[in-house]
Amino acid sequence: MLDLSALDLARIQFAFTISFHIIFPAITIGMAAYLVVLEGLWLYTRQTLYRDLYHFWVKIFALNFGMGVVSGLVMAYQFGTNWSFFSDFAGGVTGPLLTYEVLTAFFLEAGFLGVMLFGWNRVAPGLHFVSTVMVALGTLISMTWILASNSWMQTPTGFEIVDGRVVPVDWLAVIFSPSFPYRLVHMAIAAFLSNALFVGASAAWLLLRGRDNPAIRTMFSMALWMLLIVAPLQAVVGDFHGLNTLEHQPVKVAAMEGHWENHPGEGVPMVLFALPDQEAETNRFAVTIPHLASLILTHSWDGQIPSLKDFPAEDRPPVAVVLWSFRIMVGLGVLMSLLGFWGLWLRRGGEVYRSPNFLRAMLWMGPTGLVALLAGWVTTEVGRQPWAVYGLQRTAEGVSGHGVQPLTISLALFVLVYFAVFSVGIAYMLRLVARGPVMHEGDTAVSGGPGHERQQMRPISAATDDEADAAPTRS
Amino acid sequence: MGIDLSVIWMVLIFFGVMMYVVMDGFDLGIGILFPFVPAEHDRDVMMNTVAPVWDGNETWLVLGGAALMAAFPLVYSVVLSALYLPLVFMLLGLILRGVAFEFRFKSHDHERHLWDKAFILGSLSASFFQGVALGAYIQGIPVVDRAFAGGPFDWVAPFPLFTGLGVVVAYALLGSTWLILKTEGSLQAAMIRVTRPLLWVLLGFIVAVSVWTPLSQESIARRWFTLPNTIFFSPVPLLVAFFSLRLWRSLQGEPHAAPFLYVLGLVFLGYTGLGISLWPMVIPPDVTLWDAAAPLQSQGFALVGALGIIPFILMYTAWSYYVFRGKVRAGEGYH
Ligand code: HDD
Ligand code: HEM
Ligand code: HEM
Repeated sequence: MLDLSALDLARIQFAFTISFHIIFPAITIGMAAYLVVLEGLWLYTRQTLYRDLYHFWVKIFALNFGMGVVSGLVMAYQFGTNWSFFSDFAGGVTGPLLTYEVLTAFFLEAGFLGVMLFGWNRVAPGLHFVSTVMVALGTLISMTWILASNSWMQTPTGFEIVDGRVVPVDWLAVIFSPSFPYRLVHMAIAAFLSNALFVGASAAWLLLRGRDNPAIRTMFSMALWMLLIVAPLQAVVGDFHGLNTLEHQPVKVAAMEGHWENHPGEGVPMVLFALPDQEAETNRFAVTIPHLASLILTHSWDGQIPSLKDFPAEDRPPVAVVLWSFRIMVGLGVLMSLLGFWGLWLRRGGEVYRSPNFLRAMLWMGPTGLVALLAGWVTTEVGRQPWAVYGLQRTAEGVSGHGVQPLTISLALFVLVYFAVFSVGIAYMLRLVARGPVMHEGDTAVSGGPGHERQQMRPISAATDDEADAAPTRS
Repeated sequence: MGIDLSVIWMVLIFFGVMMYVVMDGFDLGIGILFPFVPAEHDRDVMMNTVAPVWDGNETWLVLGGAALMAAFPLVYSVVLSALYLPLVFMLLGLILRGVAFEFRFKSHDHERHLWDKAFILGSLSASFFQGVALGAYIQGIPVVDRAFAGGPFDWVAPFPLFTGLGVVVAYALLGSTWLILKTEGSLQAAMIRVTRPLLWVLLGFIVAVSVWTPLSQESIARRWFTLPNTIFFSPVPLLVAFFSLRLWRSLQGEPHAAPFLYVLGLVFLGYTGLGISLWPMVIPPDVTLWDAAAPLQSQGFALVGALGIIPFILMYTAWSYYVFRGKVRAGEGYH
């Protein structure tokens, strides 16, 4: 029998809801930027192929956006409902940041989304393009504010504690807390990378099914260039991010490396595989490479970093989770870079569009962007434990005083509704992907979003919809 | 001291929540009215009247939450945990109906009825639990040491459940008159037919709540029934009667925007009445807005943004409504 405390339940609920939420914004951020590029290319070159691709992806974007909005709504309330002592303590900082996010980002997205999705025939092309740009801009601004908030919780600066509550004294220092720039860049790239893999895998799936047209090739090629550039870049940025974390949250890095203690005069080995044992304060079945961690983190052969035993046991995060989620992220990151270079190699002679092995690899790597992104967040957030606001408030002190009963009810309902609703949503997204971009689709109708699918002619046109599914390349 | 930031913030939040009630009110109302309109093509039209704007409408709710956390973190933390379960049910309702906008049109024919049901159930539960939360809030929230000191089921009481139903009716009325404005033909005629009884029911709720609150809470009775307050506030009930009458009249003949505007008036009055009853309490019965205020630095910083940006938000929101102006016809959509 699981015996969970109210605190455990609140944490599970938070981790569960934010993990679902973050998936959708990550796709939104990347996809909105991609749509800007597509619409820009269409307006600039007037090649209908770009417009067709726009209309193909905008429908998928609309579905994804809807799910991002409703899952985000839950987040905005959860700080008050479940983490009331945290909100009372730190609301003076996180509240204004979230308010700015609503004012500068959410309204912008929502205000122009309608025109972006339904306004293709209602406004001039230039104005439509502006709407797409505004939505994309909104997603980036949104990311910026929420990461400022999260980074402040990781590395708080620019505040005083008065009467047991946080009082901001220097807003610039609050917003530009030490970990913010790294986290912002790393997250933005993660969104673009996840999206490149999603688009690439969609094209690979279609090509593997023998569906081939210039639009599919174009999106495949665009995704591959993106992957080639940003995957290695992400590793470099991640390295800087790690060095920054070493400076501000050394115990987190010690957990990521599974580094329990220093031996005088000896370098820190890199742990490739291990099962950390929190009680015994050691790693089991460790496979290590001597000196490698010293080399990466201190750029010297024998350099040492703070170890877990340098910190009291009650200030250490759960090592196993941090160590493994970190390895998943980095491992997938390395695979992504390799995939990018493989694609570049195959470009000679157009082999990329034909090689079944490569197409299959692209397909299987499709979801890994999101997996790595989630793994990265787990590293970051679990590595921050036991603190909610680093060094200031423990997670256990931030939680509301609810009993187990209401939290059990709400968690059960969230799990039920999220799995039911979002798995269907993702299935619908994949169904749209499976149709593939249709050449010259843009000539007749057009835009994505609600109503488009079966409403453009007459209500009866609904009947033709399933046929369209069966013969996706209708011309 | 000079300008009192807490008062300005209170007014802003009051405004934001009102924008929410009015705007999401009519689109939640559409979901509540779905069961009365069985035909698929009519339902398509109903949804298309709000599809381009519902996201923006809901954003006012996010603003309400965020601004509370920024300006009155104590209210955000205490009230939200006090109303824990009703708010969770509201959020789940908003999820179900929010995704229905997209899913309904992207599902296969044989699946669509599921999303119709999700839309109805979600709209109903979001509206009902907003009303429950409101009622529980007016009823009062016990606070000890800056924390909620009541039980998880305090809201299961006659008054909150009653206000829950009241909000469902008010949103349905907003929805039906919005559809009178945005549709024509048989759908519009059906909406005119449901508007009449809805108006009576809503008036019943308004009267009942106006009698119930002063009877159960002495401070509210004192606010309304001592001189000179009674004179100052007497326009509120008089205007309610006036707007109801005009609304009734406007349903005769060929109504267009008028019914919707009168319902907006009614909602505004009910909402103002509530503000009069509670001021300056932000956690009834005894935490005032000054007790709950965030540090000046937080209120000030956020206020600069709010005052500078909200005018632009109103401008482009208005533009987006303008782009999608006019009647929505079956099979035409917006595309
Ligand atoms: C596609 C996603 C993705 C990929 C391929 C990588 N990361 Fe990452 N990583 C993230 C997505 C991510 C993230 C989700 O965006 C995180 C979580 C919080 C954050 O700021 O970024 C993150 C956090 C994160 C942290 C934690 C920082 C902290 O908590 O303070 C470190 C040290 C790295 N990353 C380092 C790397 C390295 C060395 C990679 C080498 C390939 C790498 N990441 C690939
Ligand atoms: C960007 C804004 C974010 C903020 C402000 C934030 C805030 C918080 C807070 C207050 C906690 C402590 C409460 C708890 O332990 O549950 C927490 C924990 C957690 N967060 Fe975040 N978070 C953010 C982003 C994310 C994202 C995107 C993820 C994605 C996976 C995530 C995953 C987690 C997890 C897994 C925990 C639980 C850690 C544990 O309990 O051991 N967080 N976060
Ligand atoms: C725990 C912290 C978080 C909270 C409280 C939160 C809150 C919200 C809310 C309320 C919405 C809906 C907005 C609307 O109604 O239009 C939303 C959507 C969004 N959020 Fe989050 N969010 C959190 C974490 C994140 C993170 C970590 C990111 C990205 C780095 C992010 C990026 C976005 C974006 C881009 C949207 C737009 C809608 C979409 O993308 O589908 N959020 N979020």
